[in-house]
Amino acid sequence: MSSATTTLVEMRPMSLWRAVAQNELAWIGLILLALVVAAAVLAPWLAPRDPLEQDIVARLQPPSAEYWLGTDSYGRDVLSRLLYGARISLFVGFVSILTAMLIGTSVGIVAGYVGGLFDQIVMGVLDVLLAFPTLLLGLMIAAMLGANLQNLIIAIAVTEIAPFARVARAPTITLREREFVEASRSYGCGPFRIMTRHILPNMISDVVVMSSLWLASAIRTEASLSFIGLGVPPPAATWGGMIREGFENILDAWWLAVFPSLAIFAVVLGLNLLGDALRDASDPRSSAR
Amino acid sequence: MMIYVCRRLLLAIPTLFIMLTAIFVLVRLVPGDAASVILGDQASAASLAALRQKLGLDQPVHVQYLAFIGKVLTGDLGQSLSTGHSVIREVLLVLPSTIELAVAAISLGLLFGLPLGIAAALCRNGWIDYVARVISLVGLSFPAFVSGILILIVFAIQLGWFPVLGMTSGSSVLERMRSLALPAINLGIIMSAYVMRVSRAAMLGVLTEDYIRTARAKGVGPTRLVMTHALRNSLIPIITVVGLYFGTLIGNSVLTEIIFNRPGLGKLIIGALNARDYTLLQGLMIIFAICVIFINTLTDLIYGLVDPRVKYT
Repeated sequence: MSSATTTLVEMRPMSLWRAVAQNELAWIGLILLALVVAAAVLAPWLAPRDPLEQDIVARLQPPSAEYWLGTDSYGRDVLSRLLYGARISLFVGFVSILTAMLIGTSVGIVAGYVGGLFDQIVMGVLDVLLAFPTLLLGLMIAAMLGANLQNLIIAIAVTEIAPFARVARAPTITLREREFVEASRSYGCGPFRIMTRHILPNMISDVVVMSSLWLASAIRTEASLSFIGLGVPPPAATWGGMIREGFENILDAWWLAVFPSLAIFAVVLGLNLLGDALRDASDPRSSAR
Repeated sequence: MMIYVCRRLLLAIPTLFIMLTAIFVLVRLVPGDAASVILGDQASAASLAALRQKLGLDQPVHVQYLAFIGKVLTGDLGQSLSTGHSVIREVLLVLPSTIELAVAAISLGLLFGLPLGIAAALCRNGWIDYVARVISLVGLSFPAFVSGILILIVFAIQLGWFPVLGMTSGSSVLERMRSLALPAINLGIIMSAYVMRVSRAAMLGVLTEDYIRTARAKGVGPTRLVMTHALRNSLIPIITVVGLYFGTLIGNSVLTEIIFNRPGLGKLIIGALNARDYTLLQGLMIIFAICVIFINTLTDLIYGLVDPRVKYT
């Protein structure tokens, strides 16, 4: 706990970046991510067809020169749907992680700073949240609220709040006792100002480092929920939803499930590679490995 | 020792209450209410009122809460709305196959993850280490249903080595093993990725300790050094991961059971979702919560057995 704090106080973004830049695996992760982000942003220009356009005559076509990745059971172009699907996966992932980061970090800082009974109760609740399987929690919330984009984001955000709160709380407890916080308190700084101006800047890199790993987990949860049928409802193209359709036709159209599967794998692997590198770089004990 | 066990068991009680309260609140967050979700948009006012009365939704919230807690504590999780059987019965019916899958996956995970992690730590930065780390990262990056589908396509459909359609009923042990193989491998890959990472990190930590250097100086051979001196001391984080992974395993088994068409808690939950079987869903959540608390408590108790430094106070 204390080692993480001292590191991060000394660790500036530039040196963190330099440490990451020396890691080949991190570069592979960055390239994978850049490709997927480019696919999502440029989808309207890259996609050869409208992702929702149906063509019953050309249904379940295997990959060919005309349809690079084949067509689905409505005759929609798999490549175009894959490109547009990247938008939903990344959007849901980013928004839910940002929401979770905002709420989780605030909760963690306040709990760590206030301490005492309040801290114990909050952390008790969060531990319970943390112990409950992410997918089941998301599944329950999405099922109770109903399947749409907004509820999907809420469901995934809730599952990721607890880890953020834990990571924010640990350094807060040690930072609270540091001289500079003590000094600002003696100047008459209020708790809000101390938490936002003195504690937050000293621990935010901890939170940011972990967020790429949790973004991977959020994207995985989104895909899983869409696969179960609790994601953004059809006909919108989502990777999880495409795999679900592909699974229904698994005996005669392997390409339907395989290509979106590889896309999800690429994003999650990219984020994990990058996240691992960031974490190793920010923790001197593991960077020696 | 007994005091430690009792204290740990007592600690599980508030956790259980928080979980039950969270489930109670979650279920009441439904837009409209449970009755309108179950019956759908077309339901008449009379049938809605009747169902509300049946579910106790016409009572004030605190009465509902007390009734809910009371029922759970007496082991009554209500009746499934779609089959009419008690939730407990529905669960007990499929629980053995889920446990079978979980045990197989955890065993596979330990069987492959542990030696690989140790080997990677011993040959740090060598090629074994590199390969092991890449394998574990790949394992961690597959959502269970993605790897499941790929495994199904390759081994069951293309190669035809294993049955495509899940469990065959009342078959021989060999048949059972054969239908268990693919789902267990699917979960086992993810499990071994977790175990490998943690055992590698834990081993690396222990290997730099002074007592390892001392043992080496005394002339302890490499096998004995790893097996008796290093491994036992790195077990705690590994046990933690196996314990923590249990939750992930339940989540992943839901997806795996769908893909490989196996009966189990996962399929039960999806069935309940599709049938809007609200009481069954709530009951399943409670059972998952109890399982998670049970495993967490068990993990803590095992610490004490493995590491005498854990104080029984």
